[in-house]
Amino acid sequence: MRNRTWKLVIYIFLLGFILNLVGIVSHVVVSAFAKRWFGKPLPPAFTTDWFSYAWTNFELGQVLFITLFIALAVVFIALAIGFPAAYILARRNFRAKPVLLLMYFLPLLIPQMTYGIPLATTLYKFGVGGTVLGVILAVLVPMVPLAVFILLPFFEQISLNLEWSASMLGASRLQIFYRVLLPLMVPGILTTGLLVLVNTISNFELAFLLSGGGSQTLVVALYYNVFAGGVRPVYSIDAMAVIYMVMVMSVLLVALRFVRPTQMVFRLDQTRR
Amino acid sequence: MALARTDSRSEVDLLAIVCLLPSLLYVIVMFVYPFLYGVYASLRPLKGDAWSIKNYVAFFTDPYQYTTIKTTFALALPNSVVVVLLALFFAYGMRRGIWMERTITTILVLPISLGVIFLSEGILGFYGTNGWLNQMLLGADIIKEPLELTHNFIGVILSLFMQNFPFCFLMLLGYISGIDPSLEHSARMLGAGPWTIFRRVMLPLIAPGLLIAFALVFVMSFAVFPSAVMVGQPAGSTRTISIAAYQQAFELYDMSYASAVAVIMGLCQLGALIVIILVRRRMTIATTMGVGKR
Repeated sequence: MRNRTWKLVIYIFLLGFILNLVGIVSHVVVSAFAKRWFGKPLPPAFTTDWFSYAWTNFELGQVLFITLFIALAVVFIALAIGFPAAYILARRNFRAKPVLLLMYFLPLLIPQMTYGIPLATTLYKFGVGGTVLGVILAVLVPMVPLAVFILLPFFEQISLNLEWSASMLGASRLQIFYRVLLPLMVPGILTTGLLVLVNTISNFELAFLLSGGGSQTLVVALYYNVFAGGVRPVYSIDAMAVIYMVMVMSVLLVALRFVRPTQMVFRLDQTRR
Repeated sequence: MALARTDSRSEVDLLAIVCLLPSLLYVIVMFVYPFLYGVYASLRPLKGDAWSIKNYVAFFTDPYQYTTIKTTFALALPNSVVVVLLALFFAYGMRRGIWMERTITTILVLPISLGVIFLSEGILGFYGTNGWLNQMLLGADIIKEPLELTHNFIGVILSLFMQNFPFCFLMLLGYISGIDPSLEHSARMLGAGPWTIFRRVMLPLIAPGLLIAFALVFVMSFAVFPSAVMVGQPAGSTRTISIAAYQQAFELYDMSYASAVAVIMGLCQLGALIVIILVRRRMTIATTMGVGKR
């Protein structure tokens, strides 16, 4: 009996939270398709005009291209740098390892707004602030450690015996990498790539601090338009938000085929490694 | 996992260095160096070229600036306490799995992935004076005047909650469901009731993770920026310390002062982390002592 009340409370709260969330998200979607909407539960007429309005007025084609370019560049570099580092951290033990892990951990622990301002100051000083390169360099700061920490457990699952057997059978280091490690790491690389992709597309703080006129990502452009409010019809801003939502959710749907939702957040036992 | 650890020889050879160097250099050049440069820049104000703590003095003597610390605490502390307690309650209740768990957790990932900008835009529409919530409440005659839920303190709390609760909940759910269920079974077999099991068996096991979760949520909400601007009142009741830092950097172009504000923000977060670590250490001693006494 007591157990059942407990479960009921959980369901009611979670249902409330989810309804709330659905309300928030669907309000944006409904508004994006509304012709005019004021003070009524639903708009009297629907239209798709705001999408073409947003597409031309916010130069969304260019913004989307830049967002995808930045996101793919970040995924590629984060994997290229993070992969070998995760391999060594999973396979070797050395005295400086806890210090190294802490150093990789800090950019994930400290909020982006806190280190974003000194980082932006530095990058502007070297003339890359406000450019696409600047955004890529800044967003990589938390993404490289993220890639390392997602790849680590995947490496730990691959038995060292496989590498030993391969080398006993005469495989060189390079062959072990191509013929043994890389094929076994495909799920790890996919998971890492997708999670870094989602996090880069939705990264606001760093992209915001570093982006200039021609280097705004979709979410930064969205922020400026919400903030500017009143200048543009709210329906067109919501149309833009819907395009952003579709982009994030499509990557997320693919990502969730590989990972459990609880793996999408920080792992609390990470510091114990 | 144990297999991979068999190679416990301490070896740092060329391969290890070559593999670690790129990422290590990246973190040092792009994270450690800017941090140190920020501290340095904050001590070298624009006009004078000598070392000076002018920026810090200016911050702490100007009420418009130093009250941002109080404002930020007032937002971050209640939010983190409520988020962590609720997340603990629900994650604990769901530790042995419930019906539709996968669907529920999948839906909860959404606000984390969509990000605060999208959520804030939705909150403006849903909770606004003409939003669905107010229309519903007015229509049902529960309230006479529409509730003011956005462009103020409540709006920021709402936005922080929508963002932080799923994050904290999923974190704790992963942590709590990883605890060996046989411990709980043994306690129940020895006659412990649900409350005793929670209080004497599970809570001491959860406490370390719970404190880290609290630290993360607190530090995250202490740096709140976009939602304080979008659904808050950035010129007044929700002028947080990150807004102060941003204004100095990108509206007044005083990078030195901005760095000083960023350093103060970092120190506040560090202070909170140290307090939490101290509490955690104390708690661990307390639990081991508790075990010893029995």
